[in-house]
Amino acid sequence: MPASVGWVWLVIVLPFLGFLVNGTLSFVRPDAKRVVSAVGVGVLALSFVVALVVTGGVVAHPPHGHPYVLTLWSWMPAGSLQIDAALQVDQLSTVMMLVVTGISTLIHIFSIGYMREDPGYPRYFAYLNLFVFFMLILVLGASFPVMFVGWEGVGLCSYLLIGFWYENKPFADAGKKAFIMNRIGDFGFLVAMFMIFHATGSLSFVTVFEEAPQLFAVGGTTITLITLALFMGCTGKSAQIPLFTWLPDAMAGPTPVSALIHAATMVTAGVYLVARANVLFAMAPVSSLVVAATGAATALFAATIAVKQWDIKKVLAYSTISQLGYMFMGVGVGAYAAGIFHLTTHAFFKALLFLGSGSVIHALHHAFHATHRHDDAQDMRNMGGLRRYMPWTAALMWIATLAIAGVPGFSGFFSKDEILAMTFARGQEAGVFYVLWIVGAVAALLTAFYMTRMMLYTFHGPTRTGEEEERHLHEAPWVMTGPLLFLGIGSVVAGVLNLPAVLPGSGWLHHFLEPVTEGSTAYLPEFHLASATEWALLGLATLIAAAGILGAWNFLKPALLQPASLATPESGLQRILLRKWYVDEIYDALVIRPIMWLSERTFWKVVDVGVIDGVLVNGSAKTARAVGWIGSRLQSGRVATYVFFFVLGSILVLRALLR
Amino acid sequence: MIPAYVDLSEASGLLVALLPEVFLTGWVLLLLLVVAWQHRSAEDQQLVGRLSLAGLVVTLALVILYWLRGPEPEGLELMIALDGFRYATAAVFLIGAILAVAISMHYLRRESILVPEYYLLILLATIGMMFMGGGADLVVIFLGLELMSVAVYVLAGINRRSIFAAEAALKYFLLGAFASAFLLYGIALIYGATGTTNLTLVYVQISAMGLQTDVMLIAGIAMLLVGFGFKVAAVPFHMWTPDVYDGAPTPVTAFMAAAVKAAAFAALMRILVQALAPMDSVWTEAVWWLAAITMVVGNVIALAQRRLKRMLAYSSIGHAGYLLVAVTSGTDLGTAALLYYVLVYTLMTVGAFAILTVVGRGGERDTRIDDFNGLGSRRPWLAFAMTVFMLSLLGFPGTAGFIGKWYILSAAVQADQFKLAVVLVGASILSAGYYLPVIMAMYMKDPVSDTAHVETRAVGAVRWVIGVTAMLLLLFGVWPNAVLDLAKEEGRQLRPAVLVTVSR
Repeated sequence: MPASVGWVWLVIVLPFLGFLVNGTLSFVRPDAKRVVSAVGVGVLALSFVVALVVTGGVVAHPPHGHPYVLTLWSWMPAGSLQIDAALQVDQLSTVMMLVVTGISTLIHIFSIGYMREDPGYPRYFAYLNLFVFFMLILVLGASFPVMFVGWEGVGLCSYLLIGFWYENKPFADAGKKAFIMNRIGDFGFLVAMFMIFHATGSLSFVTVFEEAPQLFAVGGTTITLITLALFMGCTGKSAQIPLFTWLPDAMAGPTPVSALIHAATMVTAGVYLVARANVLFAMAPVSSLVVAATGAATALFAATIAVKQWDIKKVLAYSTISQLGYMFMGVGVGAYAAGIFHLTTHAFFKALLFLGSGSVIHALHHAFHATHRHDDAQDMRNMGGLRRYMPWTAALMWIATLAIAGVPGFSGFFSKDEILAMTFARGQEAGVFYVLWIVGAVAALLTAFYMTRMMLYTFHGPTRTGEEEERHLHEAPWVMTGPLLFLGIGSVVAGVLNLPAVLPGSGWLHHFLEPVTEGSTAYLPEFHLASATEWALLGLATLIAAAGILGAWNFLKPALLQPASLATPESGLQRILLRKWYVDEIYDALVIRPIMWLSERTFWKVVDVGVIDGVLVNGSAKTARAVGWIGSRLQSGRVATYVFFFVLGSILVLRALLR
Repeated sequence: MIPAYVDLSEASGLLVALLPEVFLTGWVLLLLLVVAWQHRSAEDQQLVGRLSLAGLVVTLALVILYWLRGPEPEGLELMIALDGFRYATAAVFLIGAILAVAISMHYLRRESILVPEYYLLILLATIGMMFMGGGADLVVIFLGLELMSVAVYVLAGINRRSIFAAEAALKYFLLGAFASAFLLYGIALIYGATGTTNLTLVYVQISAMGLQTDVMLIAGIAMLLVGFGFKVAAVPFHMWTPDVYDGAPTPVTAFMAAAVKAAAFAALMRILVQALAPMDSVWTEAVWWLAAITMVVGNVIALAQRRLKRMLAYSSIGHAGYLLVAVTSGTDLGTAALLYYVLVYTLMTVGAFAILTVVGRGGERDTRIDDFNGLGSRRPWLAFAMTVFMLSLLGFPGTAGFIGKWYILSAAVQADQFKLAVVLVGASILSAGYYLPVIMAMYMKDPVSDTAHVETRAVGAVRWVIGVTAMLLLLFGVWPNAVLDLAKEEGRQLRPAVLVTVSR
């Protein structure tokens, strides 16, 4: 192991130190904002630097065969179960580590401006630092249980940050919803862990993945169940069908939180898990197909909803769900590097979009605040024409929009195209992959459409904010636009990491990740596309993006839009889309209400109140108390009685001994 | 400074072996002189209290010194034992006495009890206990027991203006004399059967003379069990306990419930294991039944109590049952469990009674559980400490009481007494029915009036007693290893001491 890799623990410890300091400050000196900002951002910047050093070590001396595993201490030695607190450094975890620390640093800087006036400033930074700490444990853990610690930890931080403004009940409820949905998924993760331990006798990545080919039959029941259970965990954490409804509600948290946790990092943990366990998934073709199909379905479904949302953050939330669907499609078809590639580019442009929307909301909020209006600062119908007031934000968000829409040259074009191309390539094997490809292509069209729609309504056309308010609209401070600039650069150039095969210098990330994914290649067909086909697909992708953008540009008329308070309610399909296909209502009717009914009528009133409280608890307590009362009656206070019992006892003892 | 070996048949050797006891006795005699001159004001009484505390602390230091590098006996242990069990138990008694003196200082002033000799009596009782835990001869143990008992009889009635205290003292004295007679008769019978009162020699004689079925010896053991059954408040010899605990001043009750009981258990354990181990088939069953009945009766009657002091009295009977389980096992693990639990029990009982002195008034006879309503909001720290004591008495995980009970359980299971272990667990579940309402009252009910708990304030030493005991209980609850290892060490010493001595 190169010496620099040995420093990897520092990457994790630094954010934790930040959490400790900021957590303490939130109690001791809640108004020391300068110190909090310096600590909160400083630890992450340092962490990013250390991560770069570690990555340098990995690039210079790539691990051969085994990844570098740094064992810190023996965590759970229990019989045959030996779990170490160990970190795994390989190509995959370094990519994730860089994405997490890099994006986090930028978002922390942005937060300085965004959260400036919030009374919970130190608490916010403490949570954010803690989140990064857990996220790094998640991506660097060398075994399923260590990863699970991070997995649960980020869930906790997500809960804390969604409900950051917990005085507001719907916000606190959104936090709870996210937590519960994640718990359902975590159940799958736990079951998978038990099954893996039962089958392999180990839980460390190296052992499990190296022994899996000997222990499992390809396509066997065990491996299929294990991977399906793992994927159940992914659907919760990464907001896929059916457990996706928490993510839009999670937008209740501060916008930088949405950018960091609910777009760039935490929600991609599921994709990382599938890529990490690529050997297992490749050995279970059925599960892989489930992953790909779920991903494709989610991509399309969420995109349709995003088309009709008015809340700017909701548009981005559904867009995130949709893009996560693409990533799962990629790892589902066996294009693990493509999935991670899209994860990386998505982290840039989606963080940029969220932070940009944060700037917009920030500006509108101030404007409304200045005139004491209580309108929705997130509703696009109250925006419009903002490019005149916020030129930087508008320009940078357009870059991100072009990237996510898949305009050639921008990063999203390459990453999305690779997933679609790989899916198309699998089509020679089974027709179902062509169906997936078509679904993905339609979703891409919708993506280009709804993103352009969002930009049009927000930044173009007349301003609907109100005349009085317009005077208060202004560009965000540099501490907020600065990070956007970096993310904008990333959104443009990140594509060079993994250019298509037909271009020179292609597939760098693909080759870099090969040591991680090579275990799965034996079970996957060769991905091969003729050069002409590939050019054709690239051309088609360009056409799709252009169609979506131009379609929106021509059909939508921002000039005709009414402010939210004056707007007429939608009807028909529009209404269904606005109400998100009524999924929340369906879940409420099919799952929540029956469970509530069952628990209240049956378990609470009959079992709990009737049987347990009535008969078992109170009944036994009454009996015991009655016996006790008789006992204390014997306590007459008369010495003669006492002596009587004394002598009686003596006789009994003598009788017992002298038999 | 301390010789490595002492000859206990020589007066000088005995003096060295008894240094802690001798020091404390000398200190008491000195204090007696002080009291003769200074006994008029509360300040004088405070001075005596401080001096007593100093004497106890120095004695504790001496005991610990002996514990670390005490002399070994040359030949047989005559009259006094020189083993870890003696020092461990002596440390527990001294800690109990220190805590009792600490909570008395403010209490006596508040209840205007002006009797400086009070502290001397506590010291004298402590000396008696040290002889009970350390005596190597039945006669020494009996002398210690009498010294302790007589002092405690007086302590129970020290508040001469209280009719309940007078009644308590008289009852305790009458029944105590009765029990002492049984004990002494038992010792006489054992002497008659074996021709010796030395514990080691009794062991040797039983084996050498084949006395396992000797009626006189068995009758002697039965009398011994009855006598100690009274002292540890085992059912059915417990009838005095509620009345006496109720009537005595609360610090004295704490002292009786903790240290006096611990001393009786120490003596009982030593006699049964060191002298009567060859007879264990005879006494195990009787102690088994005493343990089972005591646990059930103590806990059931406690359920019906509404007044806290009386409830704690019955709870202490229940705990005597738990300790008897440890005695029943008769193993090294049982001795270790007894040692550990006695320490933990002293801490939690004194702590609970200390809080009672803070919350209650006028002897605390009438302090009801309802008087704790809303303490959680008015006096959060006090309520927290009380929660710790109640949970520890209940044996809730995370507190020292849990570890202690678990240790007793494992001793019982190791000795194949599964039924007794089941009874213990059942009795513990019952005990939740009276410990938890106290916590419920403190946190889930509103104060009875706006002025409730306004006067409630832990002042001076009581605050330290409550704080330190609560902290220790939590500490031993999560990190019991050091104390457990010590208890295991000393528990093991008790038995081999006999065999080693005999072979030498």
